[in-house]
Amino acid sequence: MSAPPTSTEVSRSEMVVDIACVGFGPAMGGFLTTLSREIMNPEGTPQLESIVSPGLPLQVMCYERADALGFGVSGAVTRARGIRQSFPGLDAAAIPMAARVKSEKLVYLLDPIGASNRSVALRLADKLIRTFSWTLPVRHHALELPYIPWFMQKHDGLILGLGQFNQWVGEQLMGSGTVQIWPGTPVAAPLVENETVVGVRLADQGTDLQGNPDAGFLPGMDVHAALTVIGDGPVGVVGRQLDQEFGLPDGHNQREYALGMKMVIELSEESGLEAGTVFHTIGFPEPEIFGFLYVHPDRLASVGIFIPSWFKSPVRTGYRYLQHFLLHPYLWRHLQGGTLKSWGAKSLQESGRHGEPFLAGNGYARIGEGSGSTNVLAGSGVDEAWTTGVQLAEAVIELLEQRRPFTRENLQEMYVRRRRESLIGEEARIAGDSRNGFASGVVTGMLGMALAGFTKGRFSLSRDFQPLPKATSELEERYCDRIPRHELREIAQQCAEAGISAHDCIMDRCGWPRIPLDGKLLISHQDALLMGGGVQAPAGYANHIVFLHPELCHKCNPKLCVEMCSGQALTRGDDEVPAFDREKCVFCGACLWNCRQSVDGEHGNIEFRAGAGGLHSTLN
Amino acid sequence: MRNGYHIVVCGSIVPDPLQTLEPIETPGGPALKNEMMLPAVLDPWASHALYEAANLASKVAGSKVWLVSVAPKAKLQQVMMTVAQKVSFELVAVDGPASGFGDAYGVAAILADEVQSIAGLDRSRLLVFGGWESASRGAGVTMQLVGERLGIADQFQGVDQITTQADGSFEVLERIEGGRHQVSMCSGPPALLGWATGNLPEPRNNPQVGMANMRTVMPALQRAKAAALAGSGLRFLSTTPPKQQRQTRIVKNRPVEEIAQEIVEWIGK
Repeated sequence: MSAPPTSTEVSRSEMVVDIACVGFGPAMGGFLTTLSREIMNPEGTPQLESIVSPGLPLQVMCYERADALGFGVSGAVTRARGIRQSFPGLDAAAIPMAARVKSEKLVYLLDPIGASNRSVALRLADKLIRTFSWTLPVRHHALELPYIPWFMQKHDGLILGLGQFNQWVGEQLMGSGTVQIWPGTPVAAPLVENETVVGVRLADQGTDLQGNPDAGFLPGMDVHAALTVIGDGPVGVVGRQLDQEFGLPDGHNQREYALGMKMVIELSEESGLEAGTVFHTIGFPEPEIFGFLYVHPDRLASVGIFIPSWFKSPVRTGYRYLQHFLLHPYLWRHLQGGTLKSWGAKSLQESGRHGEPFLAGNGYARIGEGSGSTNVLAGSGVDEAWTTGVQLAEAVIELLEQRRPFTRENLQEMYVRRRRESLIGEEARIAGDSRNGFASGVVTGMLGMALAGFTKGRFSLSRDFQPLPKATSELEERYCDRIPRHELREIAQQCAEAGISAHDCIMDRCGWPRIPLDGKLLISHQDALLMGGGVQAPAGYANHIVFLHPELCHKCNPKLCVEMCSGQALTRGDDEVPAFDREKCVFCGACLWNCRQSVDGEHGNIEFRAGAGGLHSTLN
Repeated sequence: MRNGYHIVVCGSIVPDPLQTLEPIETPGGPALKNEMMLPAVLDPWASHALYEAANLASKVAGSKVWLVSVAPKAKLQQVMMTVAQKVSFELVAVDGPASGFGDAYGVAAILADEVQSIAGLDRSRLLVFGGWESASRGAGVTMQLVGERLGIADQFQGVDQITTQADGSFEVLERIEGGRHQVSMCSGPPALLGWATGNLPEPRNNPQVGMANMRTVMPALQRAKAAALAGSGLRFLSTTPPKQQRQTRIVKNRPVEEIAQEIVEWIGK
C-alpha cells in the first residue's frame, strides 16, 4: 500500500462501505442525485443492495473538506443542460440566487486609466475604437460587441450561486436518506494496494501544525470501499495523489490554470440591472484578465475576474485587480452604492482534455473539474462537471445491476465510453486545442479560440505551454519598458526587506491609482476576508501548505506564491521561506500553480495537503 | 446514578458568527435578511450544553442524550451534518423560525411540550440542559421558562461544571459576579442546567458517531412538526440593530492585557 502523508504508525479505526466519495461539488451532486434515485424501491426495499452489508441498501459515504456544504465561493452562468435533465421542469426560483439568463453581453473594456499593460496592437485597436466611437457602440469606456460566438453563448441558461445550488442539492440528497454526506471531513489520501484504489484515509485530528500527534489525537479513519469516486476539484488532494501514483496519460499535462476571484454584491436600488443579466468582459484591468458580472435575484450580483496562468506578469495579485475592475466606468455605474456580501477565490483547471487524468482505474473513477471536464472553449464547467457525475452514476448502476466489479476495464467500458460518446465528450474534443494560442498572448489566444470554435475543432493553433514553474516572466523582463531596471530592483529589494509583496508598489509605479476605500464595497483585502464571509481554521489539523524543499525558497524573488495568495495567507517569512497563516487561507490553491521553484521541472515546490476550514460563506 | 441520566438538551441554530446580520421587516414581523441563505451553526451556548451532556452520559452508564431543536428544518439538517459527527444523541426536531425574534415564552412552551412527549423519558432521571444565554435569543429566560413549564424547581443558570455522585446527587458551579462560582449541591434529578461555557473542548468529528446518529436524525427531521411561532400574536413596535463600527486589524503574539487595554480605549472614544 502506498503511504499517505499522515501519521501512519498508529492504530486506525476502519470502516467498510460500498462507495466512498471525495468532495461535494457539482460533479458529486450529479453523481449522488442520479445514484440515490435508484438505491431504494418505492416500497422501501433495497433496489441496489449493499455488497459489504448484505440485506441493506447500497452504503454510500461522501466526505467534504469544507465546514458545511456549499462553503467557499463561486458564481456561475451555465447552460444547465445536464442539470435540467436531472431535474425536469426545474424552476429557478426553487434555488436561492438562481435566475434564468435574460440578456447576455460580451464587452471589450477600454483602459480609462492608461495603466494597463497593453501591447502595441491593442493600443492601436483601442485608439481606433475611441476614434470611431461616434459610430460604434462605445460608451463608458467600453465597446459592446454586437455578437457572441455560438460556442460562448449561455442564452436561456442559469445564473447560479454555486454555494446555494450545492446546498439545495445536498438538502435533497440528505432528505432522501439514501446517501450520507459529511462536511468538515477532509480526506488525506487514497488507499492504494496493487494499483487498485481500495478506499480513502481521512485526515488526522488532534495534531500540531506539523501533523504530529497532540492533545486529543484522533487518527484519521481508513474507509474501505469497492469504488472510490473522486470529485475533489482542480487542486484536490486525493486527485493529485492519484496523478502522482498513476501518472497522466501520454501527452497530457496540467499547465493551464486560472484564479477566479469574485465578490457577491448587494446592488443599490439605482443600479439599473435586472436579474438574469450577464456581462462577459475582456480587456481590463489587463488584457489577459477576463471578467464577468452576473445578476441574481434580490439585487445580488456576482462580479469577478479570472487571472490565467499564462498571464506572464509576476505582479498578479487578484484582489487589487478586482477592485480596479469594479471601478471601471462601464461597471461602476451599476455597482456604485453597492455593499459587499461575500468574497472568495478558487482555482480553475483550464487544461481541458489536455489535463485529463486517467478517468477510471481499478476501484476508482474521476469526475468533475479535476477530471478535465471543463469546456475551455465555452468557458463552462458547472454543467459539464454535473454531467460527468451523472454519467458515472449511470455506469455504476448498470455495473451493480449486472453484479460486475469496479475494475478498470468495466469502468472504462461503462463510464469512460459513455462520457466520450456524449455531447459533452464531443464538445470537449472540439474545445481540446482551442486555447493553445494563449501561450503566445491574449490576441493570438482569442484568434485561436475563434479558429477552433468556428471550425468545430478541425483547425487550431499549435500548443506550446511551458511547465508552470517556467510560465512567468521575470519582473525586469515584464516591466523594463515602464520602470527603469535599477528602480525595479530597488522596489523588489525594499519590498523583500519590508516583508511585503511587491504588487502594490509596482502597480502604483505603473500609474494605477489607489483604491478610494468606502467601507462598504471598496474595502481592504483583510476586511474582505472578514466581511466577505470569514475564514475558519479549526485547531487540531496539520498545516495544509507545505514547502517541500525550503532551501529553494531562499533564492526566489519575487515569490509568486506570496504575490498570488488570494487571502494574504502566505507572506514573506523571516528566513525567506514564506510564512503560512492558515487563518487566512481560503483554499483557492493558487499557490500550487504559482511556484517558480521546482525539482522535477514540471511541478512547483508547494504541496497542498488535506486541511480543514476555509471560507464560511454560502452567499455565493 | 444507578440507571444513568436522561439528559435533554434544548438548543437551536444561529447564523454562523462570522456573518454580518441585517434585521429586516417582513409581513410576518422582524426577521434576518437572507436568513435561509446564511450558513448556520448550533448555538454556541447550546453546543457547550450538548458537549457537557455527552461527556456526562459517557461517564454514567445507562445515560442517554436527546437534542430538542426548534429551527427551519432545511437549515437544521445542514447543521446536523456537522454536529452529528461530534457526539451521540437522538434528535427531536421542530420546524420553526430560529431568527432570534421568536417570543421566549412561545419557544419555551414548544420546547417543554416536546420534552414531555419524548417516549420513554424518565422524569426521575431527567436533566434538562441548554444554553444559559443564546447567540440569537439574548433574553436569557428561555431555559428558565422551560423548567417552569416542566415543573422543575431545581434550576441552575450560568453553569460551568457539574460533578455527579454515585447516589445521583451532583455539585454544580454557577457563575456569579466577580469571576467566581457559586457551589451548589443538588440531591438529584429532575433539574435544569443553563450552561455558560463549561470546560470541554469541541469534540473531534468522528464519522462513526455521525453514521450512528444519522439513523435517528433523518427520521426525526422527516417527522418534524411545524411550530406555531410566527404570527402568534407577538407584535414588535420597532427593532433596532446594534450600531456597528468595524475597525479591523490582525495582531498576533501580543499580550492579552495590551489587547484588552486597547479595546477599552477604543470603546471609550
